[in-house]
Amino acid sequence: MGKVSAAIDQGGFNFDLCRRNEMLMSKSGFKPPTYHKTGTTIVGLVFQDGIILGADTRATEGPIVAYKNCEKIHYMAPNIYCCGAGTAADTEAVTYMVSSQLQLHRQATGRESRVVTAFTLLKTHLFGYQGHVSATLVLGGVDITGPHLHTIYPHGSTDTLPYATMGSGSLAAMAMFESNYKKGLSRDKGIKLVCKAICAGIFNDLGSGSNVDVCVITKGKTDYLRNY
Amino acid sequence: MDTNAPHSMGTTIIGVTYNGGVVLGADSRTSTGMYVANRASDKITQLTDNVYLCRSGSAADSQVVSDYVRHFLYQHTIQLGQPATVKVAANLIRLLSYSNKNMLETGLIVGGWDKYEGGKIYSVPLGGTILEQPFAIGGSGSSYLYGFFDQAWKDGMTKDEAEKLVVKAVSLAIARDGASGGVIRTVIINSDGVTRNFYPGDTLPLWHDELEPCGSLLDILSSGSPEPMST
Repeated sequence: MGKVSAAIDQGGFNFDLCRRNEMLMSKSGFKPPTYHKTGTTIVGLVFQDGIILGADTRATEGPIVAYKNCEKIHYMAPNIYCCGAGTAADTEAVTYMVSSQLQLHRQATGRESRVVTAFTLLKTHLFGYQGHVSATLVLGGVDITGPHLHTIYPHGSTDTLPYATMGSGSLAAMAMFESNYKKGLSRDKGIKLVCKAICAGIFNDLGSGSNVDVCVITKGKTDYLRNY
Repeated sequence: MDTNAPHSMGTTIIGVTYNGGVVLGADSRTSTGMYVANRASDKITQLTDNVYLCRSGSAADSQVVSDYVRHFLYQHTIQLGQPATVKVAANLIRLLSYSNKNMLETGLIVGGWDKYEGGKIYSVPLGGTILEQPFAIGGSGSSYLYGFFDQAWKDGMTKDEAEKLVVKAVSLAIARDGASGGVIRTVIINSDGVTRNFYPGDTLPLWHDELEPCGSLLDILSSGSPEPMST
């Protein structure tokens, strides 16, 4: 009994079943179960008062739409939200984990969470798993130091940009942003541009579809516009 | 096209010493497979007030190494009571790169100025070797620059000559290397401090078979590649 619990408590990934999986796959007719993948369009941009994040709402399992109205803009803190593309389970788990860590940190320090805190926690976690946690994130928020927008890739690399798109529909959405983005957009223009970008992803990418979610974060106020 | 491919900075990075300091230069393209994930990235990151680092190879690996070394140097500076030397910074980079050589894929150029040795450039390529050189080139675009530097490099240049050389070299590499592009960023470090310069694509000279940009959408947009915000 003691030996078994030691093996479970080690933490990290357990690759014991890989050989069994390989053997099963080599036998014809055996199909491994697929996972929910969000073939997605997620975007973020900085406008004059803060950050606007946008996402589509389709979750796919191979060619089938598994969930027509899923939430891809995850709550991290009252002033920080995170869009996630890649494997749905991974994005949900990682953002939920960091969101709890941020809440504990808020309680310990008594201060509003900063975007760089979430940024560093996510980056360190994803780098440690060397890309196996397939979560591609657009993290945005407004804190005491101002508005911040970051993109985080599964291998742990990051970029800090005024506008960003990710997911399978990112090329279509980036095309919209590159032609229409200006520094210091107003709230309405910003929301319109984000919608345009997500719609470009929805219409031109098979992995994205259904509705558009928009989240507007400004100093002191966050508007989560579900199914805008 | 795989947007989940690891972020790599197919890059051109250069570090050059001149009479009184160093000039570091880099392009700004970060690619994920064939897609340009960031066309305005900053590959020259600060380690201390007087030491900067040019990153190439895997974006994630180089960012993590530079974050660790920045942290160690900060502690070292406090304990030492004076600014860290370029040699120490370069050796810290080398220690991390060499000990983790099986896990990491990153080529780095450390450049800075300190009061003991003046301007110095140290190259720490893939395996974790450390080489002190009067000039260093790295990244995928550097393949096209070995001959150029053999011919164009002179000892004892002035600051302006060195910067012009770096900008010319990076723009030549951008012309021939698909994985390099965007804008050219330079950082000049000397006893007076640090100067950052930014050269958007349209200010660069045109090489063989290159055309004048005309009627491009970029002319209509208000600004060129925006400067990324710093954390």
